[in-house]
Amino acid sequence: MGAGSTLRRISPFLTIACLLLLWQWISARGIISHILVPPPTDVYQAFTDSLADGALLKHTLVTLEEMFFGLLLGVGIGLAIGYAIAKAPILENILSPVIVAFQSTPIVAYAPLLVIWFGSGIASKIVTTAVIVFFPTLVNTIVGLRSVSPNLRDLMRSLKAGRWQIFRHLEAPSALPVILAGLKTSTTLAVIGAVVGEFVSQGSGLGYLVTSARNLYDTPLVVVAVFTMTAISLSLYGIVAYVEWRFLVWQRRSSA
Amino acid sequence: MTLSLRELSVSFRDPSGCALPALGPISFDVKEQEFVCVVGPTGCGKSTLIRVLAGLLPASSGAALCEGALIDRPMNQFAIMFQDANLMPWRTVLDNIALPLEIAGVSRSSRYETVRALLPQLHLEGFESAYPAALSGGMEQRVALGRVLVQQPRVVLLDEPFGALDALTRENLGRLLLRLRQRYTQTIVMVTHDINEAVLLADRVIVMSRGPGRLVADVSVDLPRPRTHDMIYHQAFLTLTKRIRASIDDLSA
Repeated sequence: MGAGSTLRRISPFLTIACLLLLWQWISARGIISHILVPPPTDVYQAFTDSLADGALLKHTLVTLEEMFFGLLLGVGIGLAIGYAIAKAPILENILSPVIVAFQSTPIVAYAPLLVIWFGSGIASKIVTTAVIVFFPTLVNTIVGLRSVSPNLRDLMRSLKAGRWQIFRHLEAPSALPVILAGLKTSTTLAVIGAVVGEFVSQGSGLGYLVTSARNLYDTPLVVVAVFTMTAISLSLYGIVAYVEWRFLVWQRRSSA
Repeated sequence: MTLSLRELSVSFRDPSGCALPALGPISFDVKEQEFVCVVGPTGCGKSTLIRVLAGLLPASSGAALCEGALIDRPMNQFAIMFQDANLMPWRTVLDNIALPLEIAGVSRSSRYETVRALLPQLHLEGFESAYPAALSGGMEQRVALGRVLVQQPRVVLLDEPFGALDALTRENLGRLLLRLRQRYTQTIVMVTHDINEAVLLADRVIVMSRGPGRLVADVSVDLPRPRTHDMIYHQAFLTLTKRIRASIDDLSA
């Protein structure tokens, strides 16, 4: 490994380090008020404090729970309807007005409606997450299933494979790469869904932590909550990327 | 198994609903264990013919029969090989060849045993766990051939199986097919546009005209078996290829 590739590897971390230094310098020089931009040290203090009193963990777990069930619901329904549409194109004509309307309306606008319908508890946040995650899953499922090679379909027919065998041995593995790509988008969207839900109806979760800290002018805590969301988002993305790498062995470039 | 085409014709519909004749009417019979090659120019409906015999495409009129029974869906003991190797990229060589056995419900250990026994004939030893992306075109077709053999079919349908390969690889695969022919005795229908390949491999060559494909010549190949690739220099071979060539040239004249 040459010096060039080492530099390439560490450069993202260098960028982060530089930004942190710049940030610390700006707030230390008093160029911008600490209430607007708290110095990294204050943020770190807020982080350890909220970790110590258990608040950060509590709210993070709430958000994670909403995201988990939201993803389960949204991805599940997206896969099922996507499969149905790919199999029976007439369903696309029937369902497209509803799906397109849902997708083209900003979720923030109708999130309050979801709270009215599903209450201010966890249910409304799960539904918000599910709605936002549904669409990319649906589209990728349809695209994935439609990309199945017609020649391989002929092969499966000539082998007299049944519906389930065609699904298991042909459709699922062909569509999987596209569906996993959609899942990467979905996981990052799930954070947005959960947080939007928490903004609209208060109670708990990282979105709630942001609003309540803002009301107390506790800017460091707001930053801590936001960074936690970033961390969740990146970790989930990483998990899906790992699953991709692990299960799509055949797509890995052979390195000799 | 015997095959027969009775005034078989196929037409497709263009987007405006007009019928586009693609094949026939054409009639011929294939005897038990006979190797028949169908040659003809591009667009004469050769692939359509194979698809009807495979039960993947219905006849518009007339019929394709196997042992006198109508072929209206994929039949038992039929195996087809496509122009494109048509492998599943997510399966290894071993699992691609084993696919028909897996569909048929054969247990993992016994299907792997069967496939491993087949690999030496296909010159694929050592590539069991390779994925198709790592294989050359010729190797991919050998895997596809393995997937046919593993089914122990009584009828093999080959749709320009070597069409997408370079000349040398074609020759090698042709040789492989000749060797396999000595060991296995199926009824074979192979579509090709290579006259030399057809004469070298087949017991009988059927020449088809351009769209809609009709039979224009039916030539028996009485070269001795086992055949070797050197036969392409024999006088008998040249006479046959010339005859077939002439019947094709008559079409364009």
